[in-house]
Amino acid sequence: MIVPFAHVLVVSAVMFVLGLGAVLLRRNLILILIGVEIMLNGVGLALVGASALWQRADGQVLVVFLMALTAAEVAISLAMVVAMKRRKGSLDADVFRDLRG
Amino acid sequence: MSTVIFYVLSATALVATLLCVTRKQAVHAIVYLINALFALALMFYLLGAPLVAAWEVIIYAGAIMVLFLFIVMMFELDPAREAQRPAPARRWPVVLISAVILACSLALAFADPAGQAGVPGYYASPRAFGELMFGEYALGVEVASFLLLFAAVGAYTVGRGDEPAGGGEGRR
Repeated sequence: MIVPFAHVLVVSAVMFVLGLGAVLLRRNLILILIGVEIMLNGVGLALVGASALWQRADGQVLVVFLMALTAAEVAISLAMVVAMKRRKGSLDADVFRDLRG
Repeated sequence: MSTVIFYVLSATALVATLLCVTRKQAVHAIVYLINALFALALMFYLLGAPLVAAWEVIIYAGAIMVLFLFIVMMFELDPAREAQRPAPARRWPVVLISAVILACSLALAFADPAGQAGVPGYYASPRAFGELMFGEYALGVEVASFLLLFAAVGAYTVGRGDEPAGGGEGRR
């Protein structure tokens, strides 16, 4: 099992940037949240790779905390998506511009 | 052998992620993301994290993505309305910023001397993992449990809807 650590980081970085592009470019609230999920998974891959590189399980513990964080974030944000859909009748991010000056 | 499997899996994960972020329909995007998560779980296993790999499938693909699917099916999204993409003038800054971030992180990954070292074979047994998590990181486990409790209460409060008439604003 010899993979250069840089290659693990490359996969992780590409996945993170794909998620970032999805967050910045998509206009649908659910697809934006999916972009956040992709970013968090890229980070998790980097953590697990680092954990294997230094032969310590600390990175894996961090990934488990990341999963707990994601579960909490998804629960609240999907509830907010439902509430926003109820209020405005749309999931388009451009509709929610009440704070625009 | 596992090196080859790792590269095949990473290609699968990246292609599935790319397909996920380019789909117009939310359901297709979610199904592609589940594929990417399975590939990622196998990569975790190859990197010596069997427990995290199992939880990736159970929690991410099993619970979180199904929650997404549930919400999408609840709304019956109209694919015609999702088709409107931002104008190219709005798209270029995003592409530029993403490219710069990617280039910087790739440069860092290859410049770091640790990056050249091969990842050695490693296996965190569930026992060692559990001893570390509930020993050294016990406080973190408690904080995470509080976080999940607050998230459950918050999701209930936000998603409760407005049963008193016109109470939508005064509730918060």
